[in-house]
Amino acid sequence: METTAEKKYTFKDFQSDQEVRWCPGCDDYVILRSMQKALPEMGVKKEDVVFISGIGCSSRFPYYMNTYGMHSIHGRAPGIATGTKLANPDLSVWVMTGDGDSMAIGGNHFIHVLRRNIDLNIVMFNNEIYGLTKGQFSPTSLVGQKTKSSPYGNTQPPFLPGELALGAKARFFARIGGNNPKDMTQILIEAHKFKGTSLVEVLQNCVIFNDGCYTKYTDKVVKEDKQIYLEHGKPMIFGKNKDKGLVLNGLKLEVVTIGENGITEKDILVHDAKEKDPTMHQMLVRLEYPLATGVIRSFNDVTLEERENALTEQVKANSKFTKTDDLFFSGETYEVK
Amino acid sequence: MITTKNNRPVEVLEGVVIRFVGDSGDGMQLTGTQFSDTSAMFGNDIATFPNYPAEIRAPQGSLYGVSGFQVHIGSVEVSTPGDDLDLLVAMNPAGLKTNLHAVKPGHTIIVDTDSFSKKNLEKAKYETNPLEDGSLDNYSVIKVPMTSLTKEALKDVAGLDNKSITRSKNMFALGMVYWMYHREKDYTIDFFNKKFKNKPLIIEANTKVLNAGYFFAETLELIPNSYTISPAKMEKGTYRIIMGNAATAWGLLAAAEKSGLELFLGSYPITPATDILHELVKHKHFGVKAFQAEDEIAGISSAIGASFAGDLAVTTTSGPGLALKGEALGLAMMIELPLVVVNVQRGGPSTGLPTKTEQSDLLQAMYGRNGESPVVVIAASTPANCFNYAFEAAKLALEHMTPVILLTDGYIANGSAPWRVLSVKDMPEIKTNKVTEYSENWHPYDRHEDTLARDWAVPGTPGFEHRVGGLEKDSITGNVSYVPENHEKMTHLRAEKIKRVQNYIPNLKTEFATEGDLLVVGWGGTYGSLHSAVKQFNEDGNKNVGFAHFNYINPLPKNTEEVLRKFKKIIVCELNSGQFVNVLKMNFKNLDIYQHNKVQGLPFANSELIDQFKQLLK
Repeated sequence: METTAEKKYTFKDFQSDQEVRWCPGCDDYVILRSMQKALPEMGVKKEDVVFISGIGCSSRFPYYMNTYGMHSIHGRAPGIATGTKLANPDLSVWVMTGDGDSMAIGGNHFIHVLRRNIDLNIVMFNNEIYGLTKGQFSPTSLVGQKTKSSPYGNTQPPFLPGELALGAKARFFARIGGNNPKDMTQILIEAHKFKGTSLVEVLQNCVIFNDGCYTKYTDKVVKEDKQIYLEHGKPMIFGKNKDKGLVLNGLKLEVVTIGENGITEKDILVHDAKEKDPTMHQMLVRLEYPLATGVIRSFNDVTLEERENALTEQVKANSKFTKTDDLFFSGETYEVK
Repeated sequence: MITTKNNRPVEVLEGVVIRFVGDSGDGMQLTGTQFSDTSAMFGNDIATFPNYPAEIRAPQGSLYGVSGFQVHIGSVEVSTPGDDLDLLVAMNPAGLKTNLHAVKPGHTIIVDTDSFSKKNLEKAKYETNPLEDGSLDNYSVIKVPMTSLTKEALKDVAGLDNKSITRSKNMFALGMVYWMYHREKDYTIDFFNKKFKNKPLIIEANTKVLNAGYFFAETLELIPNSYTISPAKMEKGTYRIIMGNAATAWGLLAAAEKSGLELFLGSYPITPATDILHELVKHKHFGVKAFQAEDEIAGISSAIGASFAGDLAVTTTSGPGLALKGEALGLAMMIELPLVVVNVQRGGPSTGLPTKTEQSDLLQAMYGRNGESPVVVIAASTPANCFNYAFEAAKLALEHMTPVILLTDGYIANGSAPWRVLSVKDMPEIKTNKVTEYSENWHPYDRHEDTLARDWAVPGTPGFEHRVGGLEKDSITGNVSYVPENHEKMTHLRAEKIKRVQNYIPNLKTEFATEGDLLVVGWGGTYGSLHSAVKQFNEDGNKNVGFAHFNYINPLPKNTEEVLRKFKKIIVCELNSGQFVNVLKMNFKNLDIYQHNKVQGLPFANSELIDQFKQLLK
């Protein structure tokens, strides 16, 4: 893994000389700033950081980071990042993607990168719309949503990214509002620390084509009552007055009020992000009230590179071949004199 | 003529073409491989060609389930698996029916009479039994009840199940053919001992049946002659029999070692390219990272990612896969990273003929991407030189910072031939464009004056942090640029970079004649067929027919026009409807240029080529 940086960076070290070209007021600025603030905390050398993106507004991200980066083609960033990480496991590799890039055109790569659990980080900017192509529905747009390509309302039911990711065996899934830089920075650090594929879904507001799509959860006035910020080992409590909590009722999560009907803090579920069984994490991901944010799942599992390295070491130890000549001149050869 | 100890005559031949055919589960590939390997060990030159159905186990006895293996052995240079057969070994009626047309009149057919049951004859759509109705009168047919003789030979081997008994009848056939051509059985018996190390019963059974077939042939009055083919005059050295796909894989291994890089393969299984993946996954001991991706696109994407990070990166595929990789290949071209794309061509379009050969991806390789997207295209021409051209593809990619498409095809990829083993120390140096020491004012798209290649600054190298991407780049800073003049400049630079590869590749050579009435032109996997046809044509009295075979397609060798203009007429022979001929016509005007094309999923036959040459010289 990457070694601790000798020099202490500040966020400025990660700013490139390129003018940022997102629309004014876009949450993408928040993500950029959070990343630039998180990186100095990660203890990773600047030259060891690689951002790889696909196509879309989110995918302009690498140009604005003073690290190695590749703005690639639509949907393929997970494949490219996999190759980069396998080629040099010492790198800290980040995939910057959107809802369309990762779950429509890149859906196949998205599920397989999660399945393999290679040690890289994916940040998905989910704005429930296609921004760069100017406003068509995406795989996370709601049924009935009117867009440029669904003027009478969208007829295609959406994916819930977390649900899809957990179904694809994601070991790390976090969700965070696009207007919450403080927690976002912390989550990005957590994602970096996690050994395996980590997926961070950012609920990112598109001010032009889907403005306000998350307001009912992320608006400062309602935020604390409508969101629950999950932390491993802590009770699932939320609300302005910290008096609401989650309990299990049959196969459903239920919101209860502490102090009512004999409910005490002891009755409230405690969040276990590290549990292998994803059932509770799936329930949390699906919850509409309150909306679950924070690190929902963080299950430590063997990574792809660990398996590959172990095999390679084993093969090397048992092989009589060290140079290609050993192979070429081995076995069924014959001499012509 | 010489005679053996039992006074049976032995005829000395220059070469012989044999085909083993049977059901796809009859072990014909194994039988053919054993015969060709044994012959190679004896010192013959060989060329082989497997021909099998796309279905893994097609219905038994059916016409489309016939699997065949052809081998050409010679005491003189052998450049193709041969056209017409001197011997056909048919294990069932379907095999006989589908292959009879290839047997030279008067030549020998060995059949397993036990398999000519009413049911099998019906499956092969025979109305009457060809062994009885006189339809084979023009051939010398050796009728052998192979299945029952195999059972007889194994009657004393206790504990052997029926299936294992009937499955070893291919060794009876092999034993017979070994006797007919004076081959030793030792190599094959050694093979049994190694392959079935833990199954002594199987070793015993196969050895017994092989011997039984051998001695049966020796005593059989039906076989009038036996033959021998003397060792060929071949360059001194250590040899091994190698298949084209394995040679490709090994060429890549050699290039990785020579360049000091780790080899990364991103690939998705596709016929007939998968054997390259199969071969490279074995070599973890050399640090090879072979990644089976979720699809063709992820295969090339992972290779691009690995190239970005500094590995020698490769993706392998066949036609439909190359189509899927097109967009990513354009990215690799745009960000100017080294990448080897191996396309083992098969019959197209669409799914086409997956197990058959064709050369119809040439234009796809050259132009099959959006925008103006030039890449280097080269082609291997024999099973053995897949090694050299895989190495060359890697060398050009690394030295010129560009994707290189290596075209092979099903014919040379699955064919095998003797390969004089090359050591890595005999291969040319590979000098990568990697940079390690940062200096001020470095830009990612700064170019080397001679090659126009850019530097390869890989993640992990301090100071060089930079961004690349598919958007157009400013020619100096490498930042995104939409400036019209810059786009034109970059388009020209990318084209010029590929054109300059001309300065680093060998000139085109002509064989047999350097000027004259007719130049036969080919490219890629047809080398053997064309070479042997032109050779024969010249030997038949046409002394001024030249032969020029291209391994470098884009860019073309520098002296191409000079070579072409020395001949009055040119004929371009390809296994497609005329792709390379149009590349030549586009580049060189006013040539008297003709074409011969074949799109049957099969290689050229000598006779059809010679007919074409004759027509042109009338």
